[in-house]
Amino acid sequence: MASEPLVSIENLTVQFRTDRGWATATESVSFDIGDGDCLGVVGESGSGKSVTALSILRLHARGTSRFNSGTIRYDGRDLLRASERDMRAIRGRDIAMVFQDPMSSLNPVLTICDQISETLMLHRGLSRIEARKRAIELLDLVRIADAARRVDEYPHRFSGGMRQRVMIAIAIACRPRLLIADEPTTALDVTIQAQILELLRDLRTELNMAVMLISHDLGVIAEFARRVVVMYAGRVVEDAPVDVLFRKAMHPYTEGLMASMPALDGPVRRLYSIPGRIPDINEQVAGCRFSPRCGHAEAVCLTAMPDLVPVSPDHRVRCAPRTRTTGAG
Amino acid sequence: MIGRLLLFKLLQAVPVILIVSVLAFLLMSLLPGDPAVIIAGEGATAEAIETVRRGLGLDQPFHIQLGRWFARLAEGNFGASLMLNQSVLSAMGERLPVTLSLAGLSLAITLPIGIFAGSIAAYYRQSWIDSLVMTVALLGVSIPGFWIAIVAVILFSVTLGWLPSSGYVPMSQDAVQWFRALIMPAAMLSLFQIGFLARMTRSAMLDVLSQDFIRTARSKGLSEWKTVGKHAFRNALIMVITTMGILVSTAIGGSVVIEQVFALPGIGRLVVQGILARDYPLVQGVMLIYGFAFVIINLTVDVLYTFADPRVRYD
Repeated sequence: MASEPLVSIENLTVQFRTDRGWATATESVSFDIGDGDCLGVVGESGSGKSVTALSILRLHARGTSRFNSGTIRYDGRDLLRASERDMRAIRGRDIAMVFQDPMSSLNPVLTICDQISETLMLHRGLSRIEARKRAIELLDLVRIADAARRVDEYPHRFSGGMRQRVMIAIAIACRPRLLIADEPTTALDVTIQAQILELLRDLRTELNMAVMLISHDLGVIAEFARRVVVMYAGRVVEDAPVDVLFRKAMHPYTEGLMASMPALDGPVRRLYSIPGRIPDINEQVAGCRFSPRCGHAEAVCLTAMPDLVPVSPDHRVRCAPRTRTTGAG
Repeated sequence: MIGRLLLFKLLQAVPVILIVSVLAFLLMSLLPGDPAVIIAGEGATAEAIETVRRGLGLDQPFHIQLGRWFARLAEGNFGASLMLNQSVLSAMGERLPVTLSLAGLSLAITLPIGIFAGSIAAYYRQSWIDSLVMTVALLGVSIPGFWIAIVAVILFSVTLGWLPSSGYVPMSQDAVQWFRALIMPAAMLSLFQIGFLARMTRSAMLDVLSQDFIRTARSKGLSEWKTVGKHAFRNALIMVITTMGILVSTAIGGSVVIEQVFALPGIGRLVVQGILARDYPLVQGVMLIYGFAFVIINLTVDVLYTFADPRVRYD
């Protein structure tokens, strides 16, 4: 990418307070999100996807987390060191977020109108009446029928899919430059999933915003993203354009993820699953964190953590054996 | 919508009122001692006692007595007080404003302090602010009301001489004196209530603050004040309203003790005097008033709910 990225995460290490001291949730995470980009972040539960996303807006629970190192550059500023006041100005205006569970993400005692208007009044200085008009337009935009009437209803009158549309309407209200969608379809039915993804895709082109889509579902990512960051146990293990990733994934973990996707056209067979499980946040794994589960692990994998090495200008892999020949040298 | 709810709740209240009035009626026959003997007075002849008994209708069969009791109540006739030279209704009417003033003022002290203390304790959970609020709240609910009231009288009335130790001035006569007479009793009554409300608010707020929609509110760029004061508090309000119903109920009970300590001529003091003097009609009357009060409190809570929580709206 020639132009300056919209958001640039560098060397991000986040720790959480646990019963056994500070545990590392993400370690040295680095990747860029380009202007208007469509980035997918994929990994198992506990791989640090959400933690990374929440770090961009600094929305972690207070007092129980800390940033050990790193920078998140946006608009010439480091968001990790920005004042709380500056962060509030960015949240909802420049960078907005849609969360996983639409059933609990909306305030049950406030009307939809109130919840959409809030950001418009705060960031755009709209009056209550103007904001209401805009809220109805936004509900139209996220394809909620009969918006003028439904805008005054409370969330409990909406289904899960509809609530996620409302969440998206709230997020895009101020035309953010980056929309972070953290597992936006995980809690929804498959048919609704497809509709929400389509909506996000349309809105992205319509509003010309960058989208960072987080999912544990490689199928969702394949359908949506242009570039994919694969995370495992708090680290980026592979970062590549989606077609490159699906054509020639290099990290054994990515290969495992691919192999565990059901193929629609191939012969019916038992679905592959990666043996073992992701290490617990408190667990110490020497060397490559994937090595205990990796079928290709060598001696070097068990002792030293490999670096994230570029194998081509837009493809980075964190695997010592696989990058040895093409490696940095 | 509210009208229908109100009608429905009022219909529900009817059996409650009926049961309370039956219980009040049973007071006559269930309490130890013979009302006729007590009413006739010391040293009365057997004949005189019999006359009183007939006068009260106590010689009639049970169901006749109960029927007469309801007939009297339907007419709004609560009978005449035995120890006071007036009807039960006028005796209670005179004293009701005192108790209502006391309960109202104490609620006015309790609500802002209790809600604020509970909210900041929840917001700064596990900090020294939280510990401080919870310790004081625990003291508030644990210290007996009569004891702290007596200590307050010694301090503010006897030693410092700032406030009267007893007595009551109607608001219509002198609002300042009314306030001076009531502020200490009301504050004493509030101690328990503040402690109780603060603890309930804290737990409600803790629950709400950990909800996903609070994170949504923050992700919109809202200030902490808006996030907590609007998004969290609107939800915690449901719990606060429930607690308020309980608070008003405890204020009725607490007023009995507080009115006694501060010699306030309210309903609570009246019923204590009535019980000591075996003034059956008076005690029955107060029982009914208390019963009505609880029904009205619960009705109010139910109606307030529908404003606080759209999910319980009947539409």
